[in-house]
Amino acid sequence: MNFEFSQEQNLLREQALGFLKDYCSTKVVRNILDGEDSYDQELWTKVVEMGWTATVIPEEYDGLGMSYLELCVIAEELGRALAPLPFSSSVYLATEALLAAGSKEQKEEWLPKLASGSVIGCLAAGEGTGQVTPKSLTTSADASGLTGSKLPVADGDVADFAVVIAACDSGDGASAYLVDLNQSSVSRQKVDTIDPSRSHAKIDFTGASAQLLGKEGEGWALLNNIYDRAAVLFAWEQVGGSETALEMAKEYAMGRFAFGRPIATYQAIKHKLANMYVKNTLAKSNCYYGAWALSTNAAELPIAAATARVGAIQAYYFASKENIQTHGGMGFTWEFDCQFPYRRSKLLSINIGSEPVWQEKLIKAIETSRAA
Amino acid sequence: MDFEDSAEEAAFRQEARTWLEANALTKEEKEGLDFIGIAKLWQKRKYDAGWACLRWPKEHGGRGATAVEAVIFGQEESKYDIQEAGVYAISHGMCAPTMMAWATEEQNKRFIPKLASGEEIWCQMFSEPAGGSDLAALRTRGEKDGDEWIINGQKIWTSGAHYSDWGVIVLRTDPSAPKHKGLTYFFIDMKSPGIEIKPIKQISGGANFNEIYFTDVRVSDSQRLGEVGQGWQVALTTLMNERAAIGAGGGGVNFRSVFKLAQNVNIDDEPAINDKTVRRKLADWYVTESGLKYTGYRSMSALSRGEIPGPENSIGKLVGAPKQQDMASFALDLLESSGAIWDPELSQEAGLFQATYMAAPGGRIAGGTDEIMANIVAERVLGMPQDIRVDKGIPFSEIPTANS
Repeated sequence: MNFEFSQEQNLLREQALGFLKDYCSTKVVRNILDGEDSYDQELWTKVVEMGWTATVIPEEYDGLGMSYLELCVIAEELGRALAPLPFSSSVYLATEALLAAGSKEQKEEWLPKLASGSVIGCLAAGEGTGQVTPKSLTTSADASGLTGSKLPVADGDVADFAVVIAACDSGDGASAYLVDLNQSSVSRQKVDTIDPSRSHAKIDFTGASAQLLGKEGEGWALLNNIYDRAAVLFAWEQVGGSETALEMAKEYAMGRFAFGRPIATYQAIKHKLANMYVKNTLAKSNCYYGAWALSTNAAELPIAAATARVGAIQAYYFASKENIQTHGGMGFTWEFDCQFPYRRSKLLSINIGSEPVWQEKLIKAIETSRAA
Repeated sequence: MDFEDSAEEAAFRQEARTWLEANALTKEEKEGLDFIGIAKLWQKRKYDAGWACLRWPKEHGGRGATAVEAVIFGQEESKYDIQEAGVYAISHGMCAPTMMAWATEEQNKRFIPKLASGEEIWCQMFSEPAGGSDLAALRTRGEKDGDEWIINGQKIWTSGAHYSDWGVIVLRTDPSAPKHKGLTYFFIDMKSPGIEIKPIKQISGGANFNEIYFTDVRVSDSQRLGEVGQGWQVALTTLMNERAAIGAGGGGVNFRSVFKLAQNVNIDDEPAINDKTVRRKLADWYVTESGLKYTGYRSMSALSRGEIPGPENSIGKLVGAPKQQDMASFALDLLESSGAIWDPELSQEAGLFQATYMAAPGGRIAGGTDEIMANIVAERVLGMPQDIRVDKGIPFSEIPTANS
């Protein structure tokens, strides 16, 4: 049984952990949360210098051609550090869209720039309406270009291009387009969210020039494919964040006294944190499953992705809210760091489909695999 | 990252498979035997062929196998419906390792081979009415009389005592010493005069465990393990070896069986499996089972590398036991009023859901309650402080009880 990361991958994790401890303290996160900047540019420069954005991009497109296992390791550490970066939009979403459906020309145009970090990509699917389905899409494209509104778009304010999901009256009901966001027919405004450490935008397209990505009428299938892959990577971020929340809770409980002894000696607190550990452990093991499926392109990726995501959502929600609870009143203050995992956990729980949506995806995927 | 055996592991697995295929008990061989008879027959067969108690040293009837090899054999063996669950779990998992660590060479020569071959069955007599989770608060007395000790008192929850030949026991030999210090450990013949074994009926209907009454039972000092007053330390050896198996066990009430049930009963005249609430609940249980499974794989990977598994593996019981209860409960809900019927002829899956619902409370209590397991995770895995103890350092006889 070799269901573990390799020595090199573990070394990468150590390096990533150390690097982020040095350059992505909670002060860095707070700085973005409180300030006007959309992301930490200095940190982004360093991350890009280390090649993280190039991890799974093939060497022929100036990438590092490494496996998804390495990317999972990086994702976990970025999640642990609550990094305020457009990494997930550019790497888990935009890059994956191009790898899955880009033509040779599109790949040659965008992948090297995504690899070097000189360009940031994003994915625009939601339209401010709750659940997005092919039927609910109002954004559409015709001869005059792409028209519609997307809201919220993670990193939409800083991205150079977007993969936009638009309605299509054939096939699965949607088509995907590559849209340069620096054109006059595109206007965007930052929107406030529950997690200001990650910037979001409303993007309005009025006859914007757009390039079909993949085949017409196959956009919904493409979106689901991208989401399955991103789900695993986000799950690793969520698990990293869950461990941060547990660590925070434990450290506080060990030092805070009540009724003459540390609150860590009370069973209510011990059991709460034990519960966190259990959920985190199960979630992490399911992340291993997701990582394996992603890195081997396993047929059961839809099952593994949904399993990893549902477990991670549940673990992160529990850890982040009970971390605040353990801190008592101080946990509720702006001054304390408990707010960071609490905000991030909900953001990541709803960005590419909520828990109920993925619970349904899981059962459907199991039914499909059994019928096969 | 893969699920493959190493070359050595693959070779071992093939060897195990070949032997099992040729030697597994057949239906005919099991005919007319009760579960103990089946267990003894199978254990002896494994012993004679060198497949018993794999991890034990060869001189004790084992094979000196590695942990991962033992897991592999267990995986292959579980494919055959022959291992009568639990008959030797305590004998091999708790009593034998304690004997090997603390008994004399001669005693081990006498006892270990018969443990390995399954000829003799052992039980473990620790728990008492006054000391369950608080195991060290046991009260059964051992009083020195020449070369012997006289035992008076009562043990409880002793699994398999009614068919055991020998047993390990912890006694209060000095009530004036603090709780953990006045204990001494022995092994005794279950046929000794003065031992009265009474089965306890469980709410699940069976009676697998017992009360044991000791009235002036005599045990030779030569059967003491460890020094007088060292009983707790010896007991820790026994309890340490109560390690949860890695991997195995996925049967019974689980995602598979509840999913199947949901396909076969209706809600609002449609298969329950189409109901959103049912699908969401099943998804959650799938995720939990998957988490447990892959946690086991991570531990197995550590064993495969010759490492000690991390603390993740300690969560198995804490997660699994309540889940069994909740899933069985849910299954009965799906069955509506018919869920109350418990009749192998009439009930779905021959009454599996009803049986599990009734057995599940025991799973959350035996071998460490949910609450104790949570304490263990908090203290030993997370490094949080122990609970405050009000009975530390004072003579056992002065510790407050319900009657004081």
